[in-house]
Amino acid sequence: MKLKLEISHIMRSPHGNLVLEDCSYSFDRGGAYLLMGPNGSGKSTLLRICALLEKQDRGEVTYYAGEQRLQHDISLKRRMTLVLPQVGIFNATVFDNVSYGLKIRGAGRQEIERKTLELLEFAGLAAKKNQRALSLSSGEKQRLGIARALVVAPEMLFLDEPTASIDEANTRLIEEMILGKKKSGMTMIITTHDRLQAERLADQMLLIRDKKLVEG
Amino acid sequence: MNYLAESLSRAFFLILQLDQELISIILLSLRVSGSALLISAAIGLPLAALMAFGRFPLRGVFVNLLNTFMGLPPVVVGLLVYLLLSRSGPFGFLALLYTPSAMIIAQIILALPIVASLSHSALVSVDPIIRQVSTTLGATPFQVSLTVIREARYGIMSGMMAAFGRVMAEVGAILIVGGNIAGYTRVMTTTIALETDKGNFELALALGIILLAISMAINTGLSIFRRKGMTEL
Repeated sequence: MKLKLEISHIMRSPHGNLVLEDCSYSFDRGGAYLLMGPNGSGKSTLLRICALLEKQDRGEVTYYAGEQRLQHDISLKRRMTLVLPQVGIFNATVFDNVSYGLKIRGAGRQEIERKTLELLEFAGLAAKKNQRALSLSSGEKQRLGIARALVVAPEMLFLDEPTASIDEANTRLIEEMILGKKKSGMTMIITTHDRLQAERLADQMLLIRDKKLVEG
Repeated sequence: MNYLAESLSRAFFLILQLDQELISIILLSLRVSGSALLISAAIGLPLAALMAFGRFPLRGVFVNLLNTFMGLPPVVVGLLVYLLLSRSGPFGFLALLYTPSAMIIAQIILALPIVASLSHSALVSVDPIIRQVSTTLGATPFQVSLTVIREARYGIMSGMMAAFGRVMAEVGAILIVGGNIAGYTRVMTTTIALETDKGNFELALALGIILLAISMAINTGLSIFRRKGMTEL
């Protein structure tokens, strides 16, 4: 059953500083939702709330499989992945980084080998699979982060500013990765402050304006 | 000067000859300190993890206490273990005084705070983003903790080597609780102290050279782990 996300009346006010107010939306189709807004507008906060990494102060985050409402437990959390702006590289090889999600899900050796190599190819990192991941360039690290999130075939992928601090060539590669995955029907929610990028990638544009979520 | 050179050459001869007494003393030292380190790690690592990941009252006080215990004077530890294990002490019935077990207990008390405290420091210095990434990739809280421990592995190994270095070179505590009994509780450091007293420098020097070599190996290991941890972070 396809995973659907519905947020209703989300309010978030960390340390008394109101960031989000009454945000509601239903992410019920596959494809790429591009969440836009200037720096500090609350895009990342909303993304983290949707990915169940942060708790809202008010409102509800509800996941559905068909009509069935899902518990916020580990089995739900394993159906989605989030790539943070600072990718967070493990002190291990590129291969070990990308295969992490499969290992913690108890996948077999052959499956780990096959899926990881497939994603390394997809991310253009196959030649560097045995290299220490911390020695990669920032663009490569970003691609590694996306490959690591995709290897477990999530039904919902959250990308927080995936091209914010990387060069043009890597930006193009990452956009190609996103466009490639869009065809698979996966739901992606991506934050960006780059309108042109949003237009290139989006099936649906969303804006955070005056702390509220609106369709763009 | 001649006397020193002569003693040194005899010491090297003893080492090259693989003198039985020398070998048995070295093996006992390694057994006592190695066992103390393993037991300290078995207790100290979960303790470090608990302090790094757990949230409980007085956690900060507990961490401070462990840091303070890192500098415990060995003779005080020896005295304390002696009092506990002596015939009139609360654990006198175990008859452990003047046995290698008593020496291991004393060394555990010295090594445990070092292992726990340095491992705790290594764990809390792991970038918090690692926990978040691990969570976003679907790890359970236990798997998140294991991932953080893996990230801190070089720091943890450094702590273990520092603790091993401390207990290997320690003399005060084991002399008090081991009694320096030949062929039973006589280890490298206590033999050096005894043989120097007797004016028998060749065995003392031979053991000194080996102790120095072990210490150098530990320090080399420590710097490799530190360098590895720093370049890869």
